[in-house]
Amino acid sequence: MTWRDPHQLGGRAHTARIVIVGVFLVLAAAFFRVQVLGSERFEVQSVENRLRPVTLPAPRGDIVDRLGRVLAENEPGYSVSLVAASAESLGVYLDRLDPVLQLDSAQRATALRRYGRRPSEPVPILQDIPFDMVSALEEQRVWTPGLVIEATPRRRYAYGAVAPHVVGYVSEITESELQSGTIPSARMGLLLGRSGLEEQYDDRLRGQDGVQFIEVDAMGRTLRLAGEETTLPPIPGETIHTTLDAELQQFVAETFPEESRGAVVAMDPRTGGLLALYSAPSYDPNSFVGGFEAEQWAQIVSDPDQPLFNRAIQARYPPASPWKLAVAALALRRGLVTIDARMSIPCAGGMQYYNRYFRCWDADGHGDISLREAIQYSCDVYFYQLGLKLTLNNLLHDAAELGLALPTGIDLPSEATPVFPPSTEYYNRRYGPRGWTNAVTLNLAIGQGENDQTLVNVVRLYAGLANPEGVMPTPHLVQGAGAGDLPSLGLSAASLQDLRSALIAVVDRGTAAGARIADLHIAGKTGTAQNSHGEDHGWFVAFAPAEDPEIVVGAIIEFAEHGSSVAPLVTRIIARHILGEDVTAAGVRVELPADSAPEPLPILPATTARDSTRP
Amino acid sequence: MTRGIDGRLVLGTLALLAVGFTILYSAGQTDVPTLAATVWRRQLMWLGVGSGLALVAFRVSPRVLEWVAPGLFGLGVLLLILTLAIGTGAGTAAGTKSWLTIGGVRVGQPAEFAKLAVIVMLARHLAGRRDDITGLFDLLPVGVIVSVPFVLVGLQPDLGSALVFLGIMFTMLFWAGVAPSMLLFLASPLVSLLLAFSTVAWGTWIVLLTLVLLWVRPFVAEGLVVWLTNVTMGVLALELWKGLAPYQQNRLLSFLNPEVDPRATGWHIIQSKVAIGSGGLLGKGFTEGTQKRLAFLPEQHTDFVFSVVGEELGFVGVLICLALFAALLMVLVSIARKATDWFGSLVAVGVGGLLLTHLIVNVGMTVGLLPIMGIPLPFFSYGGSFLVTCLVGLGLAARVSWESRRSGYGGL
Repeated sequence: MTWRDPHQLGGRAHTARIVIVGVFLVLAAAFFRVQVLGSERFEVQSVENRLRPVTLPAPRGDIVDRLGRVLAENEPGYSVSLVAASAESLGVYLDRLDPVLQLDSAQRATALRRYGRRPSEPVPILQDIPFDMVSALEEQRVWTPGLVIEATPRRRYAYGAVAPHVVGYVSEITESELQSGTIPSARMGLLLGRSGLEEQYDDRLRGQDGVQFIEVDAMGRTLRLAGEETTLPPIPGETIHTTLDAELQQFVAETFPEESRGAVVAMDPRTGGLLALYSAPSYDPNSFVGGFEAEQWAQIVSDPDQPLFNRAIQARYPPASPWKLAVAALALRRGLVTIDARMSIPCAGGMQYYNRYFRCWDADGHGDISLREAIQYSCDVYFYQLGLKLTLNNLLHDAAELGLALPTGIDLPSEATPVFPPSTEYYNRRYGPRGWTNAVTLNLAIGQGENDQTLVNVVRLYAGLANPEGVMPTPHLVQGAGAGDLPSLGLSAASLQDLRSALIAVVDRGTAAGARIADLHIAGKTGTAQNSHGEDHGWFVAFAPAEDPEIVVGAIIEFAEHGSSVAPLVTRIIARHILGEDVTAAGVRVELPADSAPEPLPILPATTARDSTRP
Repeated sequence: MTRGIDGRLVLGTLALLAVGFTILYSAGQTDVPTLAATVWRRQLMWLGVGSGLALVAFRVSPRVLEWVAPGLFGLGVLLLILTLAIGTGAGTAAGTKSWLTIGGVRVGQPAEFAKLAVIVMLARHLAGRRDDITGLFDLLPVGVIVSVPFVLVGLQPDLGSALVFLGIMFTMLFWAGVAPSMLLFLASPLVSLLLAFSTVAWGTWIVLLTLVLLWVRPFVAEGLVVWLTNVTMGVLALELWKGLAPYQQNRLLSFLNPEVDPRATGWHIIQSKVAIGSGGLLGKGFTEGTQKRLAFLPEQHTDFVFSVVGEELGFVGVLICLALFAALLMVLVSIARKATDWFGSLVAVGVGGLLLTHLIVNVGMTVGLLPIMGIPLPFFSYGGSFLVTCLVGLGLAARVSWESRRSGYGGL
């Protein structure tokens, strides 16, 4: 009966009280640990629980021409999505909206499948809907509370097929790019520049996304926006001001012979700012940007004429006769000749060099002529001798010094590097020390042989001739770009003037006489690039007014047979730029003498001119 | 006033009810309204029913109660059997059979009534014993009284509620003077069961148990039974584990490591701790808890109602609530200490054991000390049967207190 002993009972009551206090203390300690010691961590967790960051996309910057005319901008687009409580009610919504939406069965199935995956989120139904559909849907809003119409900007290129190679285009970030982590602040749906200025200046155009927090519940349903103080507004992308003249660009696109391949570059020789850059055939980025219609895209990519290829900066052509000015300038610079200097062998339609006979394009010969006349008539025999006088080493070294062996550094992506031997080592390596002779100098001197230049590089060379100080400005499309040390032709003002007057003579009396326009002195040089794959490519590079050049234009048309047929295009562009619309409206009649380069001599195993239009 | 209802008991109960209802109201205040928004009103109705029945219990003489105890116990067992046969589930435990339904209306959970029946029956049995309980075999009747409802509730299956019977049993045996070593032996199979998952832990436990057995020197047969039961439990543990429903296994697993699967099993524990932890010292303010408002806190009006206290009233609010519970339990100890008869004393302690077990298991669960067992917190959690059970139990305790003060005798 000891368990009923009052004394023992008192002891147990005491124990019981201790146990109760113990339980209280243990529980209190557990709460102390979580609520006081761990409070900060759990507070953060509770905030993370309920607040979801939502990206506020930064609007992409516009691209405008020198006068602010818009080349690329954002256009309001609309997308429809639906929030539904169940798959059935989504089906009811779709039925009710069917007269407006007119979905096919595949789109409907996609919507239902997406709903099944994430029932709590709006189901995207259609992207990029026309505005009249938006208003038709708005009328239905009363009956469909789950209707969400969102403004999703899409990119629009006002000039479409006129300037795609300059402006470029954008497309949505891909899954693999998202995962690679190489693109800063990548997010779903981000538009990335894929070509042209859109790609080159992507960082500046993109801006900085903002962020906003929404409060959600455990089911992920959005309840409300979190406070203003947590919102970080987006910083819109910069507007890119280009040096382009959109009207001139449009004129170029319209004037360029249809069905032809080729390119035109118009540049201000004083600054290097490009006024127009056109590559044919062209394409309209609007046809696939935005909705990204796969069909249009596939068509453009599979086109044998490769419209996406920018022939102004990516295609390499033998520089042909326009190159003779580079040789002349180099010789004048070294003081080897004057503008009136004559060569020891007069042109008799060709010349003997050791065991080979090098022909002039004019089999009748030009006789004993000065450098001025040699430029005017594009005499090959004169330049063969000038090249020899300059020597191969000097020719390679000086041309490389002028940057003719390197890309111009234009602010466009994927510019091709010219093919040009950096030194005689090149020949040794390629053909062996005894595999080649000094005869390569003759070919190089008339713009053939191992020398392929991009159009923009040749235009830069002529900009050097046209530039008041004789420096070669870096071609650029965006105002303020292209600064830095500029290579100088290193010619005296007199020599420069001599070369310009010789070029004027080309247009006035020489090979480009058909390009003459009254009251406007145009200086320029035609060229014919040998093409082993078909008809020759035609060159014409010119600047005007010759006395105080404001514009230098270079053009190449593939399979144009000879440069003279390119001249009218270039002169019309120049006239349009300098004289305005009225003159060109009258049309320019052109008559041109033939100017075809001599057949290249097979002096080397592989010196036939390449068709370098492929990258 | 010596002849009225025990003032301390009433005050403690009313204080807890007031806080409990306030929190239950707040638990319903969510941004996306749920059914929980109005449960406090239905709970008020149950408070009315419970108060009425508590008054009835207060009017019942302990002698009468002692006399009808076997009948009550029998009724309780019968209802449990009936529940197993025709019971239905509800809420998160929809797959179990814990509700008795008449004509489609759920009228109550017989397990709650059985708790009171076991308290009364155990009190009657223990009070009727002349001798000390010195051997394990003396506990056979106690074992029968507890294990029948334990097994029947466990079969529902409702492991949490079944464990409450053990809590009640240990409290009352302790009060009946059973030696702590004996209580240890009694509890040892359970410990074996839990430790069996680690061979080292279980081995250590068996060695310790053997040493204690050798030191205390119970009867040889008892010692053998305890030892063999422990060994058997250790061996059977794996089989029993496999016998558990997946949700029960998950609950135990996620108790050990809530981060295993934070979206599924561990969700409850993590979100409850986040709610409590983010409450900090002073809380986010009444009805302002974001974890609760935005439905991150699961079962915020039943199992995890105490997490709402932690989130909205902070550590200070938690301390106050725990102190109120401690005070009420102290009052019950005091009543049991001063009771004029052993039956009454044991009933008061049994009610205390009931409340204490619920308090430890429920609050321990919300703060991550114990695995989730899904039993309600007295006066806070929504649930009619349990509120009525608690109030009736306290009514009985009030009667015990009244008896002792009427006799003017300050204790046994």
